[in-house]
Amino acid sequence: MKSIVDTFFNFLLNQLYRIGQFGLFLQHSFSSLFSTQSEWKETAKQCYLIGYKTLPLVGITGFIMGLVLTIQTRPTLSDFGAESWLPAMVSVSIVREIGPVITALICAGKVGSGIGAELGSMNVTEQIDAMEVSGTNPFNYLVVTRILACAFMLPLLTIYNDIISMLGSFMGVNIMGEVSIRLFFASALSEISFLDIFSSLIKTFFFGLAIGIISTYQGYYAQKGTVGVGAAANASVVISSLLIFILDMVAVQISSLFS
Amino acid sequence: MNQNETILRVKNLSKSFGEKQVLSDINIEVLKGETMVIIGMSGSGKSVLIKCLIGLITPDTGEINILNNDLLSLKKKALNTLRTKLGFLFQSAALYDSMTVQENLAFPMRNNFDLSKAEKLTAMEKVLEEVGLAGTLQQMPAELSGGMRKRLGLARTLIMQPEFIFYDEPTTGLDPITSKEISELILQVQEKYNTSSILITHDMACAKLTANRMIVLKDGKIADEGNYESLAKSPISWIQNLFQ
Ligand SMILES: Nc1ncnc2c1ncn2[C@@H]1O[C@H](COP(=O)(O)OP(=O)(O)OP(=O)(O)O)[C@@H](O)[C@H]1O
Ligand SMILES: [Mg+2]
Repeated sequence: MKSIVDTFFNFLLNQLYRIGQFGLFLQHSFSSLFSTQSEWKETAKQCYLIGYKTLPLVGITGFIMGLVLTIQTRPTLSDFGAESWLPAMVSVSIVREIGPVITALICAGKVGSGIGAELGSMNVTEQIDAMEVSGTNPFNYLVVTRILACAFMLPLLTIYNDIISMLGSFMGVNIMGEVSIRLFFASALSEISFLDIFSSLIKTFFFGLAIGIISTYQGYYAQKGTVGVGAAANASVVISSLLIFILDMVAVQISSLFS
Repeated sequence: MNQNETILRVKNLSKSFGEKQVLSDINIEVLKGETMVIIGMSGSGKSVLIKCLIGLITPDTGEINILNNDLLSLKKKALNTLRTKLGFLFQSAALYDSMTVQENLAFPMRNNFDLSKAEKLTAMEKVLEEVGLAGTLQQMPAELSGGMRKRLGLARTLIMQPEFIFYDEPTTGLDPITSKEISELILQVQEKYNTSSILITHDMACAKLTANRMIVLKDGKIADEGNYESLAKSPISWIQNLFQ
């Protein structure tokens, strides 16, 4: 009996400890964002790495998504005789919802796990300590740069994803009957407002922030040993994916206030 | 400068992890230009001790004064400035896996704006030459052997010509010939730049060559101290066994 109580208390203490640690981590991250000794060069490098490495994956998924969505929506619309709405309908779902979320999930999987594993193994093999003793602030150099890079790159990747999805959709529309690309885009963009694009950019900025913060935190405080590295990579993906959905829900509520 | 100036003074240093007392009541003084060798069995707390001395681990109690700085009261910025004058060789070498040899060596110099690019490159080539790794600038650490990694770690420690160096087992995992060369290099650095250092080792040939004074650590306490000759003749049998 006692051991169960003990285990429970240990678990509780551990969770409280993690929450406190995360709180400090957040506070430290945000205060470092505005510190004078920012690592702009390294941030740019991380932007390049994060953006460039996910470009093909985001492109392929985006293309397939647009194509599939179009093919699957067509029968429903033609039942109502509203086939001419197809481009508008697909592009609205892509720009408002599917583009941002899918791009963010892909980045959570690819970039988040990468950051979690990289920082985790740097922690385990004392590389972070080595930076610290060589007079570089590892928090600014490793954590802040990656958080910023994720937050900057996600909106850009989402725009890229949206465009490629539209091209996929254009292909989908063209499988049955011919539509010129001009007509397609005119029709597709007719239903998209500035607010849609603006809120999607803001939303994905926060998705990126979430991916960056969660995965750097998991990596930076990984438990020692190779198990710790795996766990950090895993937790980065799981928690940031979950967070993306939660943030998306919040974003829907907020943007419905404005429209 | 007074030759007998104390450059590192540690007073009543203690550290425990949870219930486990790893260091208790450690007192050490190192003079300018002196090499202090620490020996002791595995797990006796040697690595934890020097990590405390460079501020990677915060001790529970005690005072640390190094190069006229009260280490434990330093702010982040002052600590980083101080650290550019200190060198630290990790037991695991702690090379940056994602960087080339050149980038590894450049890292400690990245906040040094006094040197030009060309001067930095010359310094890198020189220090690689000294540790016997000439011509490896473009390789990745993963392509190096265990001993080469160790020597690269040493090169990265030496490149800034620190005033005080902590070596954690600089010759472990090297063949006897390379070990001897590294020990001689450490001695040369000390003589040439009047560097002070603390050196942890299990390699008695290295200790014999480099030590001015030695400390024996056991279960986190200083069990004995003296010079190489006096400790080698210690009447306590386990200390004598360390010298075999
Ligand atoms: N971060 C830590 N958390 C908990 N315990 C630790 C930590 N670091 C070290 N220890 C413990 O402190 C003790 C001393 O470790 P240390 O690494 O200083 O040994 P050492 O004397 O350097 O041994 P070796 O010669 O094998 O390198 C060990 O029992 C170790 O388990
Ligand atoms: Mg050790």
